[in-house]
Amino acid sequence: MIPSEALISKAKDRQFTRDPERAPTEDFHDILFDLEKEGEWEVQRVPEPYVEVETKYGRKKKIPLQHTWHHKSCGQCGHIPGYSTSIFWINRKLGFDYIDPTDQTSCTAWNYYASATSNAAAQAAVAMRNFAAAAETSYFPIIHCGTSFGHYKETRQQLIHSPELRRQVRDILKRLGKKFVIPEEIVHYSEWVHAVRDRIAEHQTRNMSMIRATVHPACHYHKLIAEDAVYDPEIYGAQRSAIITGTLKAIGVEVADYSTWFDCCGFGFRHILVSRDFSRSFATMRKIEVMKEEANPDVTVTHDTGCVTTLDQSQFAAQAHNRNVGVPVMSDSQIAALAMGAHPYKVLQLHWHSTDNKPFLQKVGIDTDKAWQEFEAAVEKLKSGEQQYLTWEDADA
Amino acid sequence: MALDLSGKKYAQVSYEEKERLFNEVKADLRYEEYLYGCYECGICVAACPSARFYDFSPRKIAQAVAREDIDLVYTLMNDSIWDCSQCFSCDRCPRKNSPGGIITIMREVAVKNGLASAQAALEGYGRVVYKIMSTGTQVSPDMLQPSAFPDWGPHVKEISNNLDVWRRALPPETLHTTETGWQVDDKTLIELYLIWHMTGVMDMIKEVDEGLFMILQDVMEERLEEAGYDVSFE
Ligand code: SF4
Ligand code: SF4
Repeated sequence: MIPSEALISKAKDRQFTRDPERAPTEDFHDILFDLEKEGEWEVQRVPEPYVEVETKYGRKKKIPLQHTWHHKSCGQCGHIPGYSTSIFWINRKLGFDYIDPTDQTSCTAWNYYASATSNAAAQAAVAMRNFAAAAETSYFPIIHCGTSFGHYKETRQQLIHSPELRRQVRDILKRLGKKFVIPEEIVHYSEWVHAVRDRIAEHQTRNMSMIRATVHPACHYHKLIAEDAVYDPEIYGAQRSAIITGTLKAIGVEVADYSTWFDCCGFGFRHILVSRDFSRSFATMRKIEVMKEEANPDVTVTHDTGCVTTLDQSQFAAQAHNRNVGVPVMSDSQIAALAMGAHPYKVLQLHWHSTDNKPFLQKVGIDTDKAWQEFEAAVEKLKSGEQQYLTWEDADA
Repeated sequence: MALDLSGKKYAQVSYEEKERLFNEVKADLRYEEYLYGCYECGICVAACPSARFYDFSPRKIAQAVAREDIDLVYTLMNDSIWDCSQCFSCDRCPRKNSPGGIITIMREVAVKNGLASAQAALEGYGRVVYKIMSTGTQVSPDMLQPSAFPDWGPHVKEISNNLDVWRRALPPETLHTTETGWQVDDKTLIELYLIWHMTGVMDMIKEVDEGLFMILQDVMEERLEEAGYDVSFE
């Protein structure tokens, strides 16, 4: 029989150390560079200055600070545009140089996971076409979407292991007049936010210390090619990915835990479009209600299009069933921008979100009526024809 | 509805046909990376969101494929794989399988071969496939219509009523669009069409949705012709 003290006492002499050798896949960096030497492709280097962070098994990952090419996300830009707007706004406030390209398509992975009307070669060609477009500008790609990020890493893995796929994609790119070039790292925007979190905190103008948040890590961020996601011993002892939580801590937000953190949001790719009863039930019963009961957060913060959409939009119908819902949902870029003084509507564009976020904003000290009037006044100018678009200067006015 | 695994449902389909489809799954370049065997431990099921709401099990899929149970794989390929959420929570498998990844391949084979289940699963989905393949962005602001999202609340109506002006109220220039998520250059789109052409994706669409294929073919061929390419999707 095991003595009960052995079960309840803490292991004193054990220390958790990460060993890159134990990662389930070989270090892809070496292979990328070997293949470059063999003339298979070019590797686009991470531009300096960069921040070095550690991934799940202790490998190093370089996160560029600037000179970044923003690979946007179809869902963010279509449904929750304040997500991308906030990323750009933070870049501008930090004085960083970036490109918001028009020579970019969706990664097409949403469609691929939902409908299967694509194949490995097409998916890889789309990815590499986008990467070639970034390389042409000499700016380094930063991937806004969790699914694009996970999918591109899968694609990289397939390209590394299949000379035949490389040949196919190389031929396609040749026909398009494009270089076969792969970035040295595939970087998600929330890794960038994480890497600049101390700078964000230096520019902080709003006190967030009265805010309690829960975190939902996106499946395609930390479950697909998990060994390439960022982990930090300071955050959950490196037992969970560090992004979002690290950022929230840096801006003084209290992060509260809940038991279903590993569960997906219920997005399901095809489900959110054609089987929304599944998405709604999962998002509210397995995520929002559990967060409410166990942590009662003012806001839940995530870093992927599908997660914000599903967690946020699913709450409306659940109210009709008297479910215990009502947690506003935001991205880490939005909450970081808010901490730096961004306008809740002109920058964060929170009117595109569904769940009532006013109590949260008011807790941060924002006069929501006044802020909305300011946005309406800006919109009035667009309606009257006095101005065609809202500019970055208007957003800060 | 309960999943019928008795094998009776598809008894009329020949073993050879089922085997042919299974061989297509096995021939995929990703297959070897996604399946190493199965301990039957159920860890994937515990992590799987779809297993909570449907009669669905990633373990059954991994086992059937690992045991090469041709009849069972055929049944699952028809009646089960579309329930998967493609979240890859099952990637925590101690045997290093990716049941979600195996399902991706099975779905592709189902589409490529125009299985009735794939056609049914994609019904009502053509609009989305059309959007991504013809515009280069998947989710466009103009999809936010109350008729499409009645359960998302009255704010969807507010967005659709204000769509044009709220899009113009976005500071980044690339986002002043309503029919696409962001502004996509013509040249970029042409390159995307060429990719669909060169990788046989249009043939896959043709198998599952002839009508959608014809609409896409028209749009793409015209644009490609204007850009000086002589490409036919036939
Ligand atoms: S990918 Fe599919 S099978 Fe795997 S956990 Fe997610 S829903 Fe379940
Ligand atoms: S987790 Fe892996 S080994 Fe366990 S049942 Fe699922 S597929 Fe089989």
